[in-house]
Amino acid sequence: MNSETLIKASGIFVQYEDNVVLHNIDFSIGQREIVTLLGPNGSGKTTLLRILIGAIQPDKGQITAQDGLRIGYVPQRLGVDQRMPMTVRRYVGLGARCNKDEQMYWLQKVGLQDALKQQVSALSGGQLQRVLFVQALMADPHILILDEATQGLDQQGEASFYKLIAEVRDEQGCAVLMVSHDLHVVMSASDRVICLNGHVCCEGEPTIVSAAPEYRALFGLGTEGALALYRHEHDHSHDHTNEHSHEPLQNHAKNQSNDH
Amino acid sequence: MLDDFLVRAFVAGLALAVAVGPLGCFVVWRRMAYFGDATAHAALLGVALSLAFSISIIVGVLVVCMTIAICLVRFQGGQYGVDTLLGVLAHLALAAGLVAVSKISGTSVDLHAYLFGDILAIAKSELVLIWVGALVTLFLLVWRWVPLLTLTLSPDLASAKGFSVQREQLVLMLSLAVLIAVAIKIVGALLITAMLIIPAAAARPLAFTPEIMALVASLLAIVAVAGGLGLSMLADTPSGPSIVVVAGLIFLLTNIVAGRGRRKVR
Repeated sequence: MNSETLIKASGIFVQYEDNVVLHNIDFSIGQREIVTLLGPNGSGKTTLLRILIGAIQPDKGQITAQDGLRIGYVPQRLGVDQRMPMTVRRYVGLGARCNKDEQMYWLQKVGLQDALKQQVSALSGGQLQRVLFVQALMADPHILILDEATQGLDQQGEASFYKLIAEVRDEQGCAVLMVSHDLHVVMSASDRVICLNGHVCCEGEPTIVSAAPEYRALFGLGTEGALALYRHEHDHSHDHTNEHSHEPLQNHAKNQSNDH
Repeated sequence: MLDDFLVRAFVAGLALAVAVGPLGCFVVWRRMAYFGDATAHAALLGVALSLAFSISIIVGVLVVCMTIAICLVRFQGGQYGVDTLLGVLAHLALAAGLVAVSKISGTSVDLHAYLFGDILAIAKSELVLIWVGALVTLFLLVWRWVPLLTLTLSPDLASAKGFSVQREQLVLMLSLAVLIAVAIKIVGALLITAMLIIPAAAARPLAFTPEIMALVASLLAIVAVAGGLGLSMLADTPSGPSIVVVAGLIFLLTNIVAGRGRRKVR
């Protein structure tokens, strides 16, 4: 592991009962890199993230992290509701390494400066996402790990979110690992894409991955070109893919007519 | 001053009140009511052991409750849920305790005092143990406050921050074991959970942050202890249940007050 590498996965293998969830996972993330983990539902993305943050142990293989590596983790949601009183200000300051000024700076940046006294349980989905994000950032992390961070955001919200990620990398100097279904949206925001479906199918710069046959097989893109203009749902099944199984999506037909 | 049994009762109750504030909050946030109840009932095995070996009740109860806490943390996550494991372990301990008590020869044992507490009969020597126990509980919770809050918000978040989920859970359960040992003489095995939950629940509508909720819960518990002892004196009622009754009244009161406040804001 060279000094530029923050965290490295080698030979990760996970199985639940007889079901192999992850196998032969090898990759590493370097300083200031923005990496997107791409894969359909059930491809093991969340399992892999939870291994990286140390929440579960792989059955085989290991995670090597730089000494004293600080991880900022943005979960999909919080486990408590109104049972615990918690203001936005208190939550962001919970175990924070950054001082009050920095907390205010980032809260302002994500537009939450007026919500400081609000209860976290009363926030909208989009607001909660931003609060979770700022709280993760206040650990002064070497790497930010985000699980489905753009879930529930509209297209505009998603775009500004990826802009925010780039700003965080530039200002805080941390690496970012995030999970997405959608290559075209993350295309411009990622340095590297890792395509996952139980194993690492392909890996590289977004443009290279989108042209890779493994990626095509997994996501079944039949056409090229103007696609990037449209938001494109990937976790539906196309008739012409048969190598990998996908979850069906209700508005499948509508998507196809938009995209093709 | 400590020669007066009423003063001793209040000093003991004060120790309990200080510790149940923050601990009760975690019981409420993490839905551990059943854990508190079952472990407290299992404490009766500790009472039986203490009587059999002529050791302090507090020590006997502590050993049994800690054993259960450690077993739970160690064996959780398999085919059984924590509540099932707890149901097996704690009720086994309770039943074994009852069987053991019936077999202890000589003195007839008054279980009543351990089921409902006997705060008025607390001796000076026990006061020290009670305060040590309460302060240990308080110290553990203050020391692990941020990790425990993080764990409660999201276990994955706690892992990512480098806290050991299992170790923090153990800290919480051991704190609870210590508190049960302290409280069994004061409010009794059947009402310990009440003292954990009711002050914390009463504090909830008044609080905006977890810290304030814990602090207010302790203050309300102190009021409940003082009020309960007063009621017990005036009306000649059993002291443990009287304390819980007053705590219940406080719960009603804070909810009514908070309800009014909210309406005004609108």
